[in-house]
Amino acid sequence: MCTSIVEAFDADGAGKGADGWFTISRGVVSYDHPQYAFLEDAIAIDFMNPVDGPEKRAAVELTLDSAKALSAALTRAIAAAEAEEAELDRGFRIAV
Amino acid sequence: MSYEGMIAESVTINGHNDEMISAYMARPLGPGPYPGVVLIHHLPGWDEWYREATRRFAHHGYAAISHNLYHRVGQGNAEDVAAKARAEGGVADDQMVGDTEGAVQWLSAQAYHNGKTGVIGSCSGGRQAFLYACKTNSIDAVIDLWGGRVVQAEDDRPEKQPVQPLDMTKDLSCPLLGLFGNDDRAPNPEQVDQHEAELKKHGKDYEFHRYDDAGHGFFYYHRPMYRAEQAVDGWEKVFAFFQKHLAA
Repeated sequence: MCTSIVEAFDADGAGKGADGWFTISRGVVSYDHPQYAFLEDAIAIDFMNPVDGPEKRAAVELTLDSAKALSAALTRAIAAAEAEEAELDRGFRIAV
Repeated sequence: MSYEGMIAESVTINGHNDEMISAYMARPLGPGPYPGVVLIHHLPGWDEWYREATRRFAHHGYAAISHNLYHRVGQGNAEDVAAKARAEGGVADDQMVGDTEGAVQWLSAQAYHNGKTGVIGSCSGGRQAFLYACKTNSIDAVIDLWGGRVVQAEDDRPEKQPVQPLDMTKDLSCPLLGLFGNDDRAPNPEQVDQHEAELKKHGKDYEFHRYDDAGHGFFYYHRPMYRAEQAVDGWEKVFAFFQKHLAA
């Protein structure tokens, strides 16, 4: 399958690639031929820093079910993190 | 047994807008003349499989060259470069045509070339091979291996690939061989039907072969989509087609 399923987004953080940690600026989620996973098609997630070169890349290839599990886990973790941040923010305002 | 040998090496060629791009060529050792084959690599990149396929054509008596469509994206590991290319939306069709024309002209300039050249590509390279053959009159035969997005949906017209190759069929300038798996979803059998109908409509010289129990990429022996029986038959059709159209 040759798809055109590609979703890119700006990303701020760090990733660990073949040469160690690096600052990331871009994330890409696609569904197409994997390079390594023994699947016909896979959700590929790449975190990269295109300005610093192609080798600045941290990648995973997931089955669709694994990608759904990741998405759900991210949603739960983000919701918990935002609740935590809101709690901290409220505590800060009370203290002030 | 007679002496047998080949040379395989990286070279630099003039691509689109006369920009220098890298390429990998292989040919039998000897004066020739050899027919030429240009290989357009697939979406996963300018990778080891394409090096092997290039040498395979040389083994069968062709002067073959595989140019690096991702040269401008960056250098390094083919998988990393391919991922960066994907993030950039792939390669623009116009640029691909210019780079492929550069590879065709590079072959034509070699003393050992017999004056005839075919282009072959798989996956995205299959689409690009067909598109190239519609955009130029420079080649004598073209092979599309399971090229997806020859038929592009109305909402799939990105800036870099603004026109679906299907609409260029009337301009196809040489005989076409297409190999497809009936379990493929891009191109799916209905899209292959659409392409075939367009070829018939314009009276084009083509052969399509469709394989049961095969999907996308059934030549790729290192991937789960590999289908040995269909791949062996497919390679035989590839060599028979080029022999028919490229022999001097």
